Amino acid sequence: MTVSTTDSYADDQAPPRYSGGYVAMRSIKKKLFPTPFQSFITLVTLVLLVWFTPLALDWLVFSANFVGDSKADCVGGGACWLPVTQRIDLFVYGFYPDMEIWRVNIAFGLAAAILPLLYIKRINRRWIVGYLIVLPLVMWWLLKGGAGLEEVSSTKFAGILVTVFLGVIGMLFALPIGILLALGRRSKKPVIKLLSVLYIEFVRSVPVITLLFMASLMIQFFLPEGLTIDIFMRVLIVLIMFTAAYMAETIRGGLQGMPSGQFEAADALGFSYWKTMSLIILPQVLRNTIPPLLTQFIGLFKETTLVVVVGVLDVVGIAMSTTSAPEWLGLENEIYFFLALFFFVICFTLSCYASHLEKQMDKNRS
Amino acid sequence: MSAYSQPTDTASADCKSVAVSINNLNKWYGNFHALKNISLEVTSGERIVICGPSGSGKSTLIRCINQLEQHQQGTLSVLGETLDGDRKRLQWIRRNVGMSFQHFNLFPHLSVLKNCTLPQTSNLGISQAEAIEYALSLLDRVQMREHANKYPGQLSGGQQQRIAIARALCMRPKIMLFDEPTSALDPEMISEVLDVMVDLANDGMTMLCVTHEMGFARRVADRVVFMDHGKIVEEAPPQQFFDAPQSPRTQQFLTQILDHGEKKT
Repeated sequence: MTVSTTDSYADDQAPPRYSGGYVAMRSIKKKLFPTPFQSFITLVTLVLLVWFTPLALDWLVFSANFVGDSKADCVGGGACWLPVTQRIDLFVYGFYPDMEIWRVNIAFGLAAAILPLLYIKRINRRWIVGYLIVLPLVMWWLLKGGAGLEEVSSTKFAGILVTVFLGVIGMLFALPIGILLALGRRSKKPVIKLLSVLYIEFVRSVPVITLLFMASLMIQFFLPEGLTIDIFMRVLIVLIMFTAAYMAETIRGGLQGMPSGQFEAADALGFSYWKTMSLIILPQVLRNTIPPLLTQFIGLFKETTLVVVVGVLDVVGIAMSTTSAPEWLGLENEIYFFLALFFFVICFTLSCYASHLEKQMDKNRS
Repeated sequence: MSAYSQPTDTASADCKSVAVSINNLNKWYGNFHALKNISLEVTSGERIVICGPSGSGKSTLIRCINQLEQHQQGTLSVLGETLDGDRKRLQWIRRNVGMSFQHFNLFPHLSVLKNCTLPQTSNLGISQAEAIEYALSLLDRVQMREHANKYPGQLSGGQQQRIAIARALCMRPKIMLFDEPTSALDPEMISEVLDVMVDLANDGMTMLCVTHEMGFARRVADRVVFMDHGKIVEEAPPQQFFDAPQSPRTQQFLTQILDHGEKKT
């Protein structure tokens, strides 16, 4: 907390100044070599880094092959990136018709636009919320077609397209549902409370894979003859419902941490329940729960890979089919490394973004 | 003391309407009997100070008036409306009864100005421009106008409490409740908050204050109510209350608190 008016007195002294070199030396000594044991660890780590980094770089980049048509073009001891570069369209767009790929690109662009949009402070919150509500619908329409666009069967969806689509739409729907579940669990109305508790506890006690199998097999039993829901839609719903249950618990924790004075002040000023929640309590709770919520978003993004088990080919599915394709046999290392890199880049970006958001909000506060 | 001369009852003299009427109020927390057969009538423009040892039920009593606490027995009517569990009526009462809390309870995610405008725009349906104008005039009154764009976390306790009072006043309340407004403040900040409250009293606001500031009670109150163990033990004008308390319990309380308080005032 900073005090707004700092009084200065005649006997105030400027803090002592040291040269930059001295400060650097002192911090190196303090952080890397504080005790003999820690100095030893620092040295071992340094040796490993010096030994390992050139080897890794050599395999990944310097001796690696990036151009060519088939496995035969891979010479030298380095990585063979050809299965990725040759099949990059398959990895990104799956079996989407070539003519319609622009639609996927627009959908990706719209999804990526969320980050800068949240970044810019001057934009009215209402526009952002509106964008986030409309975005999943627009994405669905772009990818699936209809209403002016050529329809594309969801059996053609595969690769990064599926991963991004499930991840982004899952996130956008899971948060509001999670909020409602959290409020439901704290509700004073017994029926709403019971339903929320049952739902959250059921979903949390069952592995996602089970839920996915249920979605792919069981739901069909309960639907009337002839009516089928797209398998893609079904796994999406499972992922949303699953993430929402976990988010509900995180948000509930945040709600419990709110000082009761905030509820009392809102009550005393005549705010209704929904206004209290949306204008006063939730903005504070969401701010406090950004780190765990983001962990769950990242978790959701990685959990989308489980859809492989019910026959939806996401980026992992494409990778697996590539490793077993006869012309690229024996290149698992490269393919799975690419897969790991893909997930790392996206998840790490999200994580950096969240820590930036946190700092921004702290600055706002004091 | 003469600086704060008792305001004359001009407006409320001709229309002595009842602001708060409490009849045989009972409240329990589990098995603990917190309020026992409380009856109290407050007329418009009256200033009541409620005091008593901690745990005597004084906070509970004023929190029943806007139903932050629910009573189980007895009747309670505010501004002519009886509190009977009807949500609409309760909401109406809450919008007409302002409250200031021991821990201020400002909304930390909103700027000072927004703290004062949001209740107006969202609960009174007042336009943004008008809300800002009114909020600034009240912030001016509590001498916090230059801090309008800061956040509560950047301000001292006394400043926050003055803003909290301004925020409550933004709802144009007819009654103000003060729940130990100075108890959480550093000593040098108490007077700035009391000044605001005295100013409000001089304006003819109906006030119920739970406070240990006996100097304030003597200067401003029309009646002092002393509570102990959930009961009203004594109820008298300040002159009589401080100079000639009737009940031995009051006498004991006053000797304890005034030994301390007299040094301050």
